[in-house]
Amino acid sequence: MSVVTVQLGQCGNQVGQELFDVISSDTNDAQRYRPSAQGKTYHACSQERFLNEEITGELSARAVLIDMEPKVIAQAMATAAKSGRWKYGDQSFFCQKQGSGNNWANGFCVHGPRHEEAVGDLVRREVERCDRLAGILSLMSVAGGTGSGVGTYVTQCLRDAYPHSFILNQLTWPYGTGEVIVQNYNSVLTLSRLYQCSDAILVHENDAVHRICAQLMNIKHISFSDVNKVIAHQLGSVLQPAHTADTHSQYSRNPMGELLSRLVCHPEYRLLSVCSIPHMSSSSLAYSAFTWPGLLKHLRQMLITSAKMEEGIDWQVRAPPVGQGTAEKLSGFNTSLANLLILRGKDVSSADTCGFLDPALYSPWLPAEGAISTWRSPLPFNKYEKSATLVSNSQSLLKPLDLMVGKAWNMFASRAYVHQYTKFGITEEDFLDSFTCLEQVISSYRHL
Amino acid sequence: MSTPRRNNGEGCDIAGGKIRCLKARAVLIDMEEGVVNEILQGPLRDVLTARSSSRRVGIRQQLGCGTQGVRLGVQGADCGEGTGSGLGSCVLNLLEEEFPDVCRFVTAVYPSAEDDVITSPYNSVLAMRELTEHADCVLPVENQSLVDIVNKIKHMAHTGKPGSVIKKDSTLISGQGGVSKSEKPFDAMNNIVANLLLNLTSSARFEGSLNMDLNEITMNLVPFPRLHYLVSSLTPLYTLADVNVPTRRLDQMFTDAFSKDHQLIRADPKHSLYLACALMVRGNVQVSDLRRNIERLKPSLPFISWNQEGWKTGLCSVPPVGHSHSLLALANNTCVKPTFIDLRERFTRLYRKKAHLHHYLHVEGMEQACFTEALSSLSSLIEEYSQLDATKNLLMPDAPRLNIAT
Ligand SMILES: Nc1nc2c(ncn2[C@@H]2O[C@H](COP(=O)(O)OP(=O)(O)OP(=O)(O)O)[C@@H](O)[C@H]2O)c(=O)[nH]1
Ligand SMILES: [Mg+2]
Repeated sequence: MSVVTVQLGQCGNQVGQELFDVISSDTNDAQRYRPSAQGKTYHACSQERFLNEEITGELSARAVLIDMEPKVIAQAMATAAKSGRWKYGDQSFFCQKQGSGNNWANGFCVHGPRHEEAVGDLVRREVERCDRLAGILSLMSVAGGTGSGVGTYVTQCLRDAYPHSFILNQLTWPYGTGEVIVQNYNSVLTLSRLYQCSDAILVHENDAVHRICAQLMNIKHISFSDVNKVIAHQLGSVLQPAHTADTHSQYSRNPMGELLSRLVCHPEYRLLSVCSIPHMSSSSLAYSAFTWPGLLKHLRQMLITSAKMEEGIDWQVRAPPVGQGTAEKLSGFNTSLANLLILRGKDVSSADTCGFLDPALYSPWLPAEGAISTWRSPLPFNKYEKSATLVSNSQSLLKPLDLMVGKAWNMFASRAYVHQYTKFGITEEDFLDSFTCLEQVISSYRHL
Repeated sequence: MSTPRRNNGEGCDIAGGKIRCLKARAVLIDMEEGVVNEILQGPLRDVLTARSSSRRVGIRQQLGCGTQGVRLGVQGADCGEGTGSGLGSCVLNLLEEEFPDVCRFVTAVYPSAEDDVITSPYNSVLAMRELTEHADCVLPVENQSLVDIVNKIKHMAHTGKPGSVIKKDSTLISGQGGVSKSEKPFDAMNNIVANLLLNLTSSARFEGSLNMDLNEITMNLVPFPRLHYLVSSLTPLYTLADVNVPTRRLDQMFTDAFSKDHQLIRADPKHSLYLACALMVRGNVQVSDLRRNIERLKPSLPFISWNQEGWKTGLCSVPPVGHSHSLLALANNTCVKPTFIDLRERFTRLYRKKAHLHHYLHVEGMEQACFTEALSSLSSLIEEYSQLDATKNLLMPDAPRLNIAT
């Protein structure tokens, strides 16, 4: 089954380009270093998922590129073509002359409706090239105007056009400061609307990924490209072929369906966070050896402290004894609703995941058996001999979400910048609805 | 719209290194022919068509051509003299009516107190009303600040401290119209304003890792519709001779942008209240340089409670000619208030005695109401700034959050 990716705005297009790059290089490695049947099926499965074979034999991404300005798309298409391994379809993009000016309302109320048909046609063409559609993956930031505004509008349209397909939105959350002053407004408007139409929202926080680049990968001058490589690594390790508990020695057919049915069991809880271990520079990779128990022990502690990297985790935090009410939960402890563990690499079948089965990690009102799922693949991923990724529906996004809503609310209290939105048809009522929706989400997660 | 207008159909003719195939997207307006004709005969004659200087028709023609591409009108207006302030404001209305989506940026030149036009306070206040009601963004520039800057440069050139020779192509004396004696005094001053506009549009004209369109400036810097006066500062202004600027000098550039000496109006933003601030950097500067400098400067700059993180940044990789980097800082800051108060005082001094009023009132459509309305528009603008200023040293609690029944 295939996944159609929709890349929106500067961030979405740049992240998407890195994602396809990781996927195509990982898939090629599988075939090159594992000429066995194992490598071949992995390769075939991944290719069917993400790439079209053109008549010329070239591979093109099952992706649609959308931005309201031309520069970023041109850059992404050129970089892809230069790889020699894959490219974007020559006709799979839509752009205009000038961006949405960081204004969500401009993207959502003006550009979105104006280009609905053109964008819809592009996506439909990509969908029709799939034998079977597993789902749609949208990539975007929440802080600008195009990814967030047009992206939200497009997601709503896709929901109408494909009512039975899975739609997963990958969102990049902004740095705390420095780039877009109205970023918290744009984020609030995006998240509240997506909560109604997307099946799940998978979040990467720029600040957290930036720290991984600085502290784990030892990069001195960190660029967006470095940040995007980390995001792409994590996304790729979730989306590349793996065996689920039910499929045993076969690759699962529908990664998005499996992921969503495992992780989003209640419509009120749709926020997913992701973390991986290990992350390191390619030069140190060659000299490092990891054991599964070591990796999983760290990953479990990252989960319960909601840390995004293994460096500096707090080992004092422990799961509370089962049976205690939610109110007495220890501070700093991150309660989960559901987790998905993806393990890739050498001796993967020997990896023992019982640490994640502990009912104390989970909200008491759900049966613990369904709360943790594990996918495995014996092939190394993206040159890491062993790697583990955890997708988690837990309280770990509660704090950043609360902070974001709080800042936006403070600004809204003085009505600052609101006229920039009303100009395009977003009213104060619309803002209030969005705030109400997100306060509800915050409250739900807080009381897990 | 970020490029000059290329005339279709004509072969490109760069004879003698001169540009002939590009036409400026500009309309020149004045009520006496002298100035416009002089420009049309000057070195710019090749990029301006004779038609550019006509009125209404010209504007529509320029803005109408390739409507897709045109999103923005940058306008320069003089707030003191008759044509600039009066006609300029009228053009602003016209633009708003005919091209409502076009972003209207205005650089308004404010006369100094010793201005030779006695009625300049009237003109300025009348123009201010239009600017407040109809422009999206105004970049006020005070003649006195320009004079101060030009004098300081002259002084540095003459004292000639060892090693402190003004570079031939520094911001101020690049191209024609430097500060040499034979120049008319306004040329050097205008050069500063021209550089302001160049830096303002550079991110839209060139590549960069953090692009910043002009409409992003209003979106990020204008929290309330009328409070759209942005104080600008330009660095380096006083470039001394050495090209390889080490990191310390780069950081110095950021420090300078917040000093009084570099503001294009006489104001002190550091001791007033910031509503928002944008840094538009050109040249070989990285995101990490930006972050480091923002972190460093932030503690000394008072920001309004709901916009403690009110920074917008743009990185354009192409520096101005002759520089390794440059910075344009735009601040929405309550420090514009004294300029406005000063203007109001000079206006009322004249108006109390009804001095020279008859010159205006015999013009058709001008009534005394225009004066009182313009004055109250200015007063309420001042009042709006004062109200924000009043929150400056107060510890504002977070707004109580919405309650959700659980
Ligand atoms: N991780 C990551 N974040 C990015 C990248 N590019 C931009 N961002 C973030 O995205 C936000 C800005 O949104 P953009 O995606 O640039 O905006 P846009 O969707 O193109 O919208 P407009 O430019 O306003 O029309 C900021 O929070 C940036 O930190 C990128 O390549 N990677
Ligand atoms: Mg953009």
